[in-house]
Amino acid sequence: MSGGTPIPVVVSEVTPLNDLVTRFRFRRRDGLPFPAFSGGAHTVVEMDDHGTRRRNPYSLMGDPADTAAYSISVRRDDAGRGGSLYLHRHVRPGSELVLSHPVNLFPLDLRARKHLFIAGGIGITPFLAMIHQCLRLGLRFELHYTARTRALGAYMDDLERQHGRNVRLYLDDQDQRLDLSGLLARQPLGTALYVCGPKPMIAWVLATARDMGWPEAALHSEEFLAPPTGAPFRASLARSGIGVTVGPHQSLLEAIEAAGLDPPYLCRGGACGQCETDVLACEGRILHNDHWLTDAQKASGTKIMPCVSRIEGPSITLDR
Amino acid sequence: MEPILSRPRYGKLAPAKGRAHLAMADGEGAGALLDLVAQAPDRAGFLAALHVIYVPGPGGLDRGEEVSRLGAALCHRAPSLAATLPRLRKVLADAHMGTQVYLAGSEGLIGQALREAMEAGLPFSAVQTEQRGSLARRVQCVHCKGVTEEVVTDPFRCSHCGLHLFVRDHYSRRLAAFQGVNIDAEEPGQVPLPVVRFA
Amino acid sequence: MSLDFRDETFRGDFTFSNSPEAVRRFPFPFDRDAYMYAVNIERHVPTGREGSVFEHAFDVDEHYVSEMRDRALVLAEDPLRCQSLPHMALAGWDLLELIMESKARDYPDLFSLTKDGDRWHWVNRPLNVDDRFTFLDEATLPCGPLEYITRQTQGDFTLQDQREDSLWLDAGIVTTQADWSLDFDLGMKFHEWHAPVPVAHQLGVFDRALKFLMSIQHGQPYRRLNWTLTVDPLLDTSPENYPKWGPSRASLTPETVGRRMHLRVELQSFWRLPRSNALAFPIRAYLCSFEDIVSVPKWGRRLHRVLRDIPEELATYKGFARNRGLLVDYLAAFDDGQPTSPGIWPDDP
Repeated sequence: MSGGTPIPVVVSEVTPLNDLVTRFRFRRRDGLPFPAFSGGAHTVVEMDDHGTRRRNPYSLMGDPADTAAYSISVRRDDAGRGGSLYLHRHVRPGSELVLSHPVNLFPLDLRARKHLFIAGGIGITPFLAMIHQCLRLGLRFELHYTARTRALGAYMDDLERQHGRNVRLYLDDQDQRLDLSGLLARQPLGTALYVCGPKPMIAWVLATARDMGWPEAALHSEEFLAPPTGAPFRASLARSGIGVTVGPHQSLLEAIEAAGLDPPYLCRGGACGQCETDVLACEGRILHNDHWLTDAQKASGTKIMPCVSRIEGPSITLDR
Repeated sequence: MEPILSRPRYGKLAPAKGRAHLAMADGEGAGALLDLVAQAPDRAGFLAALHVIYVPGPGGLDRGEEVSRLGAALCHRAPSLAATLPRLRKVLADAHMGTQVYLAGSEGLIGQALREAMEAGLPFSAVQTEQRGSLARRVQCVHCKGVTEEVVTDPFRCSHCGLHLFVRDHYSRRLAAFQGVNIDAEEPGQVPLPVVRFA
Repeated sequence: MSLDFRDETFRGDFTFSNSPEAVRRFPFPFDRDAYMYAVNIERHVPTGREGSVFEHAFDVDEHYVSEMRDRALVLAEDPLRCQSLPHMALAGWDLLELIMESKARDYPDLFSLTKDGDRWHWVNRPLNVDDRFTFLDEATLPCGPLEYITRQTQGDFTLQDQREDSLWLDAGIVTTQADWSLDFDLGMKFHEWHAPVPVAHQLGVFDRALKFLMSIQHGQPYRRLNWTLTVDPLLDTSPENYPKWGPSRASLTPETVGRRMHLRVELQSFWRLPRSNALAFPIRAYLCSFEDIVSVPKWGRRLHRVLRDIPEELATYKGFARNRGLLVDYLAAFDDGQPTSPGIWPDDP
């Protein structure tokens, strides 16, 4: 089961913010209001890239109460599989795409006395929506946002101007470092921590917090893993009686979808568990790239997360 | 038979990473506090960051002397849990993330102190608990909502409305109590003899 | 469909009864001649059978006005039947929007909703409600949004916060429940509030159910049926009032079983809420007396077989073990041993 009924949209604005990041604004083709959503939600954008169907998740960055339009900000990844490139190069005002209903795997914990946001680079996007929500609900928040340079720090000017006291910015090229231990040491009991950004940054923040005695339940993170590329391989879908070839830049999930099946998914990034699939046989080694399966499950070779994982070897047989 | 899933499970206290440690115990829970400190790799450092609150247990068992001699940076002995709740609330309100909380002794103390910690924003899964000593229960009468303290028999009479109640293992963290339900509702007057179950 | 709202009671003199139309559309829960737990969930979409209880998001029937009157009485006696932990206020507004929009769309003769930005105007003709309020501003409603809208909607509701790999029962209104206490269970997580249910845990039913519920997305609600038995058409079979209704279980006789024993079916649905990301769980109770059930031959045969063969633990948990013999004897007269068709619907006459 995927993200509810799809929503056909038309692009209403394309705004480059800097060298790497462009904002896209969408309106519904049927003219109806979008559903309201909760800060931290993402939408899966479906694109037809010259015959290849792509589905990429992006955080909804606008005000959750704005039902007239949805906005996303996309960082161009020249070394990626093509989704962000397609958006940057081929999508213009008037282009037609399909969005999923909002899906939230990174929500605010509304019980918290204070919300501490730590963002790195394009990881700022979910916090933009969360900040709108905090303001509307009168929730206490604080944002710490790091970027390589001011020019690459999307929305830094707006954030500083609108939320001055609650926002701290850190620029790598000016050697401004977040004093993480100091920050974490002075948070009151009941603070919820949220981190979104590059993988090593998330790992550093979570490890530091755990080491300082922060409870697991107070720690929240989101990382959109792009499906890694790799050598092609065959996948047999036992229940459907179909065989597919998974291309080097195509995820196993995408290959299954291209064959006409509609397996469940939600985040498409290895985190939510929805696409978990039983492995009936494997000639080769499973390359687990997800955050969902336990170590034991990964070692057993009986399960795979097709959205991000691949195999090293000729073929795999799945219970699909 | 497996205890039902809504029944609290307790463990053994062990020093956890943190900048401040808050420990509370009643009655035989004192023993768990002593064991906790004994496990600290850096005993002096642990004690310097430790705040202990101790009250006598159900039935009056008081091991406060031993607790005082531990050498915690702050040690407070109170005559009862009720008397010390305002202090506990203030300490929790002033606490920072990274504070570890340890609770030991009767289920009643653990449940009520745990509730205060939750109110202050600590997830209950982060609070360490160890049950020692009396198994007497706090039981909420589902009919009048009154809580009867130190229940040892099943069935028992609600100390508020007088109904005869059987004691379920269904437990509420929010109320810090087990559930008591009228035992002779379907046939009024048919009340089995009370059996001591929670001594 | 025209609706004549009945004027009846669900306590005291128990004047409740179903019209023949209400009996025909009753959500008989058994699709085969035996019962065991299952995660029997399906999409909450219309079945295409005109007039069935599944055709609209929130079904309104002939008992609407009387049920709301009974709810108001229960709440007056016991305000703890409607509670909302502070962080669930936003979920309450989400539910209010969902119910108002659904009812105004599905029953335009009975309900209307007009919006001017966040200034809303809600009209509920059957209950004589005509209110203007500001969405998300609790000061403009007579009570919290959850209580406000559920005082006008049939069925119990729980709102569940999704966090820490589980669902948490953090708000609800419970006045038509089958013997569980909102006040006691408030704040529990999924496996905890289901803890007293026998057998199901070992079968893994709740593990699978939780996983499924947590993945439910906005725009795609689901539903399932649950059932129990109640003596007299008493909606408020709460543990709180057990001393009042408990004795009725011991008072059944072969002469009164048909009239007094009721099959009580819960139509449960599951909705992802947009702003709070919480899960809404409506639990809508439908009652039908045994003597009305057996007026549908297939149902009479099937109910007999289900109750005759159900495991003792389930009969005990559902509260009718004491009367099982009486019930089975009564129903036996309506079971001629003929085969029954699969599915829950009555056979066409």
